[in-house]
Amino acid sequence: MDFMDILALIIPAAIVSAAPLIFTALGGVFSERSGVVNIGLEGLMLFGAFTGAVTIYYGEQFGLGEASPWLSFIVAMIVGAMLASIHALASITLKADQVVSGVALNFLAAGLAIFLTKKIFNAGQTPVISERISKSDIPFLSDIPFLGRLFFSNAYLTSYVAVFVAIIVWYVLYKTPFGLRLRSVGEHPMAADTMGINVTKMRYVGVLLSGALAGLGGAVYVASISGNFTHSTITGQGFMALAAMIFGKWHPLGALGAALFFGLAQAISISGSQIPVLEDIPKVFLLIAPYVLTILALAGLVGRADAPKALGTPYEKGKR
Amino acid sequence: MQNNNKIKLLVPLISVILGLLIGGLIMLISEYDPIEAYAALFEGIVGGPYYIGETVRQMSPLILSGLAVAFAFRTGLFNIGVEGQLLVGWLAAVYVGVFVDAPTFIHIPLAVLAAAAAGALWGSVPGILKARFKVHEVITTIMMNYIALYSTNEIIRKFMLAPGERTENVKESASLASPFLQSITNFSTLHYGIIIALIAAVIMWFILWRTTLGYELRAVGFNQHASQYAGINVSKNIVLSMAISGAFAGIAGSMEGLGTYQYMTINAAFTGVGFDGIAVALLGANSAVGVVLGAALFGGLKIGALNMQSIAGVPTELVGVVIALIIFFVACSYIVHWLINRVNKGGKI
Repeated sequence: MDFMDILALIIPAAIVSAAPLIFTALGGVFSERSGVVNIGLEGLMLFGAFTGAVTIYYGEQFGLGEASPWLSFIVAMIVGAMLASIHALASITLKADQVVSGVALNFLAAGLAIFLTKKIFNAGQTPVISERISKSDIPFLSDIPFLGRLFFSNAYLTSYVAVFVAIIVWYVLYKTPFGLRLRSVGEHPMAADTMGINVTKMRYVGVLLSGALAGLGGAVYVASISGNFTHSTITGQGFMALAAMIFGKWHPLGALGAALFFGLAQAISISGSQIPVLEDIPKVFLLIAPYVLTILALAGLVGRADAPKALGTPYEKGKR
Repeated sequence: MQNNNKIKLLVPLISVILGLLIGGLIMLISEYDPIEAYAALFEGIVGGPYYIGETVRQMSPLILSGLAVAFAFRTGLFNIGVEGQLLVGWLAAVYVGVFVDAPTFIHIPLAVLAAAAAGALWGSVPGILKARFKVHEVITTIMMNYIALYSTNEIIRKFMLAPGERTENVKESASLASPFLQSITNFSTLHYGIIIALIAAVIMWFILWRTTLGYELRAVGFNQHASQYAGINVSKNIVLSMAISGAFAGIAGSMEGLGTYQYMTINAAFTGVGFDGIAVALLGANSAVGVVLGAALFGGLKIGALNMQSIAGVPTELVGVVIALIIFFVACSYIVHWLINRVNKGGKI
């Protein structure tokens, strides 16, 4: 097996496993940039996966065919935003502890999703869908020598959408007035308030967007990787997305890079045994690599990671 | 002051009632009979020696994981890493239980202490990172959870594997299982762990309220800067608090390893006991007595849910939803305070 074959094995797999992480991590960027901690990403992603699986299943039943996964993405985004509104209500309006509220959201999403699955399908999991996002070669681009085979062959369209969305999020956050406002309420809400920015509204927008994107991440996971929803479909991907967001220093493109890197670690841990150099490395090191790296990054050993300044503190008008 | 204490009691009480009410509403909407379901739930908690035995057994790890979260909270730290500390504690307890030979009165304490030490070690890492590098403990403890999950699995696979994706059973001398307790509870899985859990609750109360260390820990929790100014070593206290919290979590793991299961499995996912500890600590307002009561409630709900499913057909996950709602309401005590004020005003007019 030469080097090229190894890359051709790993890189497409990495891009596939990264897509749901990218969407969810971008959601995290919106929420935390507006100053609201979102530990609930895991739960939002889980409920997005459930919503996605159910929508695709019924979409197939109603004869929507290939359109059903795409429809499910929209539905999962709406439902994700709705679920996130609970977190927003608790942590912004009712000034609850944001971490506690996020933890509660994770409990709620897990409980509700399995409860509804059992209620609707009378079983512990949703039926396996047949309309998945299919793998395809991108026309023209896949013909580029070397790069085409690695990056544009045999991949899901959703992965490219994820990269594209990351660029849009970067543009929105750093090149538009809206983005400036969103970041300002996360850095110094009082100053933002003085300038006439509605802190509460901006934070709601941040949290709802995070719900929509995390929901999308979950639905993409179902449509491209798992094919159905069970209690073990989403086990930690949301937290890994959270890690990617932090490792990416709360920056959309950083989060994109980190999610791709974590996807790579996952891909290697799955197919590492087929690769000559890596087969000797115990799988466990690859499994824990994303988490260890995130801790090192936070400790300042892999570049300094600074959170938005007002992250985690509810804003109270007139309080100094 | 008295009024304040009353509210402290009322907030969890009202939250539980609201949580159960909304749970009932969800059942109504999904066409289950909430009254039948709650009756079955109640029956499944206290309706006979077997159920009581199971509930008490479920309580033991919950008390300990609740104590772990509550202890760290007192120092102003949010330990979401109880789950990971529990796993390493579980592994350490089973390791001592399987590979060490000793008479019972040495073997059990040794295994429990090993669990505590492992948990303390695991918990102190986020503590050191917080004290030394100012890294927020919420993130590091979450990351440490996953590192613990994959590492313990790997250690079992490499060194302790027995048929069935698990370790060997611990030796009888290290087992907390009690034929006596089982026989008086109609052969439930009740074991002596509950005694250890209750002792731990007393220890937590003692450390916090009767020692200089506890005073310093609480002072740091109230105001780090003031504590620093008063000459308290804040960094040391942060590390110590996380280590002690981790020790409680580790012992929670030994409940599973020496009591309920007698072995450790290769876990595909987290046990959930650590996360439930957050709910228990919140409901119990971070006090030792509150944690025991909170563990009784949540432990009971979890056990009762099984009966609810078999009798009323309601999926057990409904209880998870109710627990989540209760946490929301406790966290948003703002709304409960508002309700209490409304009622009080109404009474006066």
